[in-house]
Amino acid sequence: MKVTRVGWRRYLNGVNFGVVVVILFVMLPIYWLVISSLKQPAALGATPPQFFPNPLSFANYRDAFSTYGFGVYFRNSVVVTIATTILVLFFGSLAGYGLGRLPMRGKSAILITLLIISLFPGIAVVPPLYLLERTIGILNSYQALIVPYTAFNLPFAIWILRNYFQGIPKEMEETGRIDGASPWRIYWSIVLPQALPGLFTAGVFTFTAAWTEFLMALTFNNSNSYRTIPVGIALFGTPFNIPYGTIFAASVVAVIPIGILVFVFRKSVVSGLTAGSVKG
Amino acid sequence: MATIEMANIKKRYPNGADVIHDVSLSIADGEFMVLVGPSGCGKTTLLRMIAGLEDITGGDLKIGDRRVNEVSPKDRDIAMVFQNYALYPHMSVRDNIGFALKLRKSEPGEIKRKVEEAAELLGLTPYLDTKPRQLSGGQRQRVAMGRAIVREPSVFLMDEPLSNLDAKLRVKMRSEILKIQRKLGVATVYVTHDQTEAMTMGDRVAVLSKGNILQCDTPQNLYDHPVDQFVASFIGSPSINMYSAQLSEGAKTIRIGGEYVEITDVVHIAHPNLASYADSRITVGIRPEDFELVDKGTQNSITATVELVEALGSELLVHFNTDAKAVVVEGAKDEEETILEASGAGVARIEPRAGVKAGDVIGLRPNPAVMHFFDVNTELAIY
Repeated sequence: MKVTRVGWRRYLNGVNFGVVVVILFVMLPIYWLVISSLKQPAALGATPPQFFPNPLSFANYRDAFSTYGFGVYFRNSVVVTIATTILVLFFGSLAGYGLGRLPMRGKSAILITLLIISLFPGIAVVPPLYLLERTIGILNSYQALIVPYTAFNLPFAIWILRNYFQGIPKEMEETGRIDGASPWRIYWSIVLPQALPGLFTAGVFTFTAAWTEFLMALTFNNSNSYRTIPVGIALFGTPFNIPYGTIFAASVVAVIPIGILVFVFRKSVVSGLTAGSVKG
Repeated sequence: MATIEMANIKKRYPNGADVIHDVSLSIADGEFMVLVGPSGCGKTTLLRMIAGLEDITGGDLKIGDRRVNEVSPKDRDIAMVFQNYALYPHMSVRDNIGFALKLRKSEPGEIKRKVEEAAELLGLTPYLDTKPRQLSGGQRQRVAMGRAIVREPSVFLMDEPLSNLDAKLRVKMRSEILKIQRKLGVATVYVTHDQTEAMTMGDRVAVLSKGNILQCDTPQNLYDHPVDQFVASFIGSPSINMYSAQLSEGAKTIRIGGEYVEITDVVHIAHPNLASYADSRITVGIRPEDFELVDKGTQNSITATVELVEALGSELLVHFNTDAKAVVVEGAKDEEETILEASGAGVARIEPRAGVKAGDVIGLRPNPAVMHFFDVNTELAIY
């Protein structure tokens, strides 16, 4: 890159200015969330508003875990989300491979059905699912959430992975066949490693969706020991007291895993989303 | 080591499209057989049928003494090199070459030894631990070869392995592949659309068109004795000149455009059937090098206007126009050549210092002894 201006001046141009505005717009609420979580209760509603917490306090974090049992919610969320992600990637990659590669009738019908399923409004399926889960007797359990989360995140994962598999040259699998690899071996050692960016993309999206899901989590699991983070935080408040500081603190902790995930896999996520649209 | 025997092989896709009609071909052990033809002629399909990647809908395929129609690709003891190499991008060169051995559960020590032997043979030793994406096209091509070699198969199948390389490298790899094949002595089926590649590499060359083998012979025989117009014009570069012509005075002379060329007795002895075409229309084919540059109006010559001269140093390619009607065989020529010949006439290959330039009117005397004659209707050669 040619650098003509020195120091900070070279960052000063129209495009960069636009970027800065957008970043500010996006980051400001997060900034507010973080600093508010570090304020003492009295400082939260202070006029004029405090842009830097003064004094700095970690009491909200301590309260979230000790008084409000945030640790349990966090653990539940981790279990449900990771289980969901693994299941979605496992079934999604197999289905995506099948739909992308194998000679099958009615592929497009299946794909369109999947698309329709993924567009279904969640609220419409919650009541029947509730009745179903009650009949089976899995309300208030991890599987009460893992099963529907897996089902509703699969369509998107299948679509993404199918596009990815289609972009892998067929000759690679044929070479594998000639070399004596079983279909499972071809899938595992040749196809899947090349679809890693697609797996990351589908994984990050599934993880985020399951991590933040509220409606089903609220409805299916009303026992405190199976509540996930979004429901847990929402129920921090009582009719007499809404502990804003603690809610902010819990929210910050809740955002961290997703932040890390997206940061680590950001390149793969973008390439996964554009797979098939541009021949690489 | 094995022979390949194809008997009445057919391929019909479920949608009813026939791509291979009735192909019979036997390939000797250690032979380098080239399948050549324009795109869509079925040569790749045929190769994929030998590999077991496409079902065979009719006929018998034998590798060695075994009928392998229903045998899965891995059990046919073949190795295939694809046009795009199909290297595994996530594996190092070493793992790419050794993958098949690993699948066979060979000893790690043996895999290492064989992989390094193959790498040595192909000059890949310094690159064993790099990933394919860091290699050049030629090196990737060699890795693909290495992957085929280590398996010590009884048959090599190659699907246009050089077409992704630039012209210079292609020539180099041509001889390298040949050298390796000679060294290993494995029967090889090599698919290409490039007739130069076919001619320079094949022990025998099978010319395919529209799902049929038109002719299978040594390169020289294909060139000298093509069975029909298609083979005549597909093989050879620049292509053969073909004109609509008329036999007259019995079959003593042939009229090409407005000129008459005497047909000597030697020709009649070589082509006894020509007599039965006396006084009728035929197609005549003259190779570019079978013209002799003479003065305009010389007996037994045709008059030509020079359109373009390509000086190649060792020879001159003279593109000319005559009043004869050129016969063009569909699909048999490269597009590039067709454009050059859009003037509608022909090419002569003459000695380099003849001093011919565009616009000259010259005489070209064809050598009747090496002329090719074709039936106008069947397009088959007249013998």
